[in-house]
Amino acid sequence: MTTMAALPGVVRAEYLKVVSVRMWWVLMIVLLGYIGFTAGVLALAFGGIGSISGTTVPPIPEAILPPLIYSVASSIGYVFPVLFGTLATTTEFRHQTLTPTFLATPRRGIVLAAKLAVTAFFGMVYALVALVASVGVGAAILAATGHDTGLGQGDTWLMIARIVLAMVLWAVIGVGLGALIPNQVAAVVVVLAFTQFVEPILRLVSSLSDLTGSVGQFLPGAASDALVGSSIFTFLGAAGGSVTSLDWWQGGLILLGIAAAVTGLGLFTNWRKDVT
Amino acid sequence: MLTSTTIEIRGLSKTFGAVRAVNDLSFSVPPGTVTGFLGPNGAGKTTTLRILLGLVRPSAGTATFSGTNYRDLAHPLATVGTALEASSFHPGRSARDHLAVYAAAAGIAQHRVDDVLTQVGLAEQCDRRVSGYSLGMRQRLGLAFALLGDPGVLVLDEPVNGLDPEGIKWIRSFLRTLASEGRTVLISSHLLSEVQQSVDRVVIIRKGELVYDGGIAELEGVPSVVADSPRRAELESALVAAGTTVRVGDEGLTITGASATRIGEIALRAGIPLSRLGDAQPGLESAFLELVQDREEQQ
Repeated sequence: MTTMAALPGVVRAEYLKVVSVRMWWVLMIVLLGYIGFTAGVLALAFGGIGSISGTTVPPIPEAILPPLIYSVASSIGYVFPVLFGTLATTTEFRHQTLTPTFLATPRRGIVLAAKLAVTAFFGMVYALVALVASVGVGAAILAATGHDTGLGQGDTWLMIARIVLAMVLWAVIGVGLGALIPNQVAAVVVVLAFTQFVEPILRLVSSLSDLTGSVGQFLPGAASDALVGSSIFTFLGAAGGSVTSLDWWQGGLILLGIAAAVTGLGLFTNWRKDVT
Repeated sequence: MLTSTTIEIRGLSKTFGAVRAVNDLSFSVPPGTVTGFLGPNGAGKTTTLRILLGLVRPSAGTATFSGTNYRDLAHPLATVGTALEASSFHPGRSARDHLAVYAAAAGIAQHRVDDVLTQVGLAEQCDRRVSGYSLGMRQRLGLAFALLGDPGVLVLDEPVNGLDPEGIKWIRSFLRTLASEGRTVLISSHLLSEVQQSVDRVVIIRKGELVYDGGIAELEGVPSVVADSPRRAELESALVAAGTTVRVGDEGLTITGASATRIGEIALRAGIPLSRLGDAQPGLESAFLELVQDREEQQ
């Protein structure tokens, strides 16, 4: 049991930890409502009203409209898997459940590996829920207003697959972040402040020149949008200034690198610390 | 349920910053005994136990189960059961789910969850969230966690702390049951009286250092007799003349080296009336307090 043979049981334990408290589905319902609402507003604004002549909404090429709306699932929804992962780790510090956890599994690396696996799974669940909201609401409105839903095209489905990948990576980043910042309140504040405030501003500012734009594309949210291949942020930025975007695989590697860095740092700092 | 596991603490030290929590501590807990691990709050008991359980890294020394570190045990929860002082529960999780999580992690059959819940008397309330539990119920849930793997060794940190009289009564009979099953139990407390009735041996530490390791009877020291008389000075010289050791206090004379009967005879022969004669009350608690008090405080 001291080796990797213990892993399946520990993964099951980490899964039970998630489903035995309410947090995961509360967060999921908020995600569903938030993304459904945002996708609906965008679809109406660009698809519905935009088709009426005389409005001020800029015309959008028909082809990029569906991915723009569907990708709200990750471009706006990515904060949910991050929060989920962060809470999964910090709740252990907050409620001192690391004590029974490490008593049952003294090899702490195995616990973290199991937590990453389970959180990645819930990142996928959140991605699917967010896609149900963005594609469900978005496609319905696009179809109703006489636009192409893009659902007949392979590219749309490839993007949907990349959205799932991005959300999984964000969930994993959350776990590492929680290990790095074990104080739950501090960790949640950092996540919300960075994703909702700091990064959007940095992306906007960086789009003002070519030089800063080439730096701005490496911001986590920008990398995520590059991985997905479509984003309302990238679109709005491109409309106003200079935005360059990485290839999808480069964006994916950056997210993976961030996940590995924060998890590694968390593992070798707080996760290995004395549990008093 | 007989176990051959010995808890071995060897030259253990732990420094937190400038604070020496544990200092070159050595003792062992033989198989099949119930040992009280005593000391005032802040003496280093919890730190010692957390090092033993692999939760805290020692600065020096070892703490093992027959030579094996906790983290190297093949089946930790089935070897050692632990109830630590901190209430380590997620308030939003039920008692049953709490135990199910760690049973899964340790590869313990899920039916053990119901077994231990019944054993500690929580079967009725086990589907309620822990946030609604009283301190006594949390202590019981902590013990249920300790028993999950049906271990031969139990390490219990202050299990009596904060319990009401009924809870204390329950835990005492519970400890007796565990001991009668032949389990090795190490139970910490800052009050000797709390564990006095349950333990075979005591290990007492003060400021992270060992001050006593042995039987509870030996701790009490040499039996003594208290006697007094309206003519106290005469009684004292008669007793000293008879070869006993006499200490004069407010309550009368404390005599060692003679039984109460013998002291009565000495007084009768000297014609001294006695106003008081009897065995001294067990000096266990005062012997304990003397051991753990600061040297400076005693002066």
